[in-house]
Amino acid sequence: MINIFEVYETNKMIEQEQLDVRTITMGISLLDCIDSNLDTVNNKIYDKITRAAKDLVSVGRDIEREYGIPIVNKRISVTPIALVGGPACHSPEDFVTIAKTLDEAAKATEVNFLGGYSALVSKGMTPAEENLIRSIPMALASTERVCSSVNIGSTKTGINMDAVKLMGEIVKETAVATKDNSSMGCAKLVVFCNAPDDNPFMAGAFHGVTEGDTVINVGVSGPGVVKRALESVRGENFEVLCETVKKTAFKVTRAGQLVAQEASDRLGVPFGIVDLSLAPTPSVGDSVAEILEEMGLESVGAPGTTAALALLNDQVKKGGVMASSFVGGLSGAFLPVSEDQGMIDAVNRGALTIEKLEAMTCVCSVGLDMIAIPGTTSAATISGIIADEAAIGMINQKTTAVRLIPVIGKDVGDTVEFGGLLGYAPIQRVNTFSCEDFINRGGRIPAPIHSFKN
Amino acid sequence: MTKTIITVVGEDTVGIIAKVCTYLADNDVNVEDISQTIIQSYFNMMMIVDTSKSTKPFGEMVSDLKKIGDDIGLKIRCQHEDIFTRMHRI
Repeated sequence: MINIFEVYETNKMIEQEQLDVRTITMGISLLDCIDSNLDTVNNKIYDKITRAAKDLVSVGRDIEREYGIPIVNKRISVTPIALVGGPACHSPEDFVTIAKTLDEAAKATEVNFLGGYSALVSKGMTPAEENLIRSIPMALASTERVCSSVNIGSTKTGINMDAVKLMGEIVKETAVATKDNSSMGCAKLVVFCNAPDDNPFMAGAFHGVTEGDTVINVGVSGPGVVKRALESVRGENFEVLCETVKKTAFKVTRAGQLVAQEASDRLGVPFGIVDLSLAPTPSVGDSVAEILEEMGLESVGAPGTTAALALLNDQVKKGGVMASSFVGGLSGAFLPVSEDQGMIDAVNRGALTIEKLEAMTCVCSVGLDMIAIPGTTSAATISGIIADEAAIGMINQKTTAVRLIPVIGKDVGDTVEFGGLLGYAPIQRVNTFSCEDFINRGGRIPAPIHSFKN
Repeated sequence: MTKTIITVVGEDTVGIIAKVCTYLADNDVNVEDISQTIIQSYFNMMMIVDTSKSTKPFGEMVSDLKKIGDDIGLKIRCQHEDIFTRMHRI
């Protein structure tokens, strides 16, 4: 029988340490919506999403109330639209009509984000995929809840440098297209290497083609809980530190697994995976940076940060894997600068640079995330940063991603406000030496030698 | 049948248990166990109850109990037991 102290501990995690389930994401396959007529595709997509997800938000709210654990977001991911819209869309403008349909479906089902306005071009681009990519700035400027992602490389295929070059331009164009709104479009655009098919977290969620018709994936969170647990082991050795993170991650993940199973049963949709990522929010006490600082760093960014993060990420996985029957998605510590007060503080005090963040992404998922950079940064430089991050993912057989926001009209020293879960960010300095000739070469970077395992 | 856990946290005042129990009795909820303690100078009470005979929808019970708590300045939560057992038992 459960005792009063255990009940107290769980409720304290929820009330004081911001334990929550970050997202229930319903993956919906749109492969059965493919048609050569654009209007038909749009109608089928709207019908399928609003039918499959009609109870998603209400079931999420019921679970939240009955178990007393907040479920912050209810979201939808769909099959990469480049595949679904391919036969019907002959121009970027055609694809934008689908983006608008997705936005309407998201509003009708009351989810706050819908991901999957995506193209998977890790080896090459079909004309449809190129059209979708070229439509991204328009699509993100004319929708509110649609999120976009592009996979430009993988360990198995190498890096598609033509796509990397194009994505640098697209990120820049998206910033310009949404410049009246703090270049917000870029906050909804992720460039991946080794993108997972079952990621529940935005902006990079899409429903992979290897998935079933519908699926429920859940993203847990709880940096605040880990931070508080570590406060009780100050000065202890690494063994104790690791044990504490692991046990805490186990508890957090069990809550996520419970919510995932409940949602799956009540919606009659198969359970996919629990994503073990520690996802921060801008509220104080819900920060990954604070965990690293609690381990003994004066500020995140100080020497030792990468080791601390590696330890954290690994222990979270070790604890989490045992707590859930299926683990997947990104599963790692997120470092979105604008969404983590501790990261913002570290940037402001000069302790954390993009270069250090890049090093940190070698040992954690996911990548350079929600980093605001000067609006004057060139497309080639953005491509260079994307290529660097993709190379880390390709060589280390892990997911990496880039979500940079070149804020038009702002420069180092300024701050940009995104609002809500997306937070605010100081504009960070970018190395201004040119990589243009490198990016302009075109073609592909071949797959690394250790990918040939057969 | 899964059990329900009701927790009451706050300043100790007269009649807390009476108020909660009256509400539960009125709604055919059986109290199986009550324990209480002081944690960090706050009064903590936990009840394990069986709601299987109650006709009240669970969600309504959660909000009714919350309101009773709000009226007397206490935090009353009503949650399915699973959230605790999953977290603390393998």
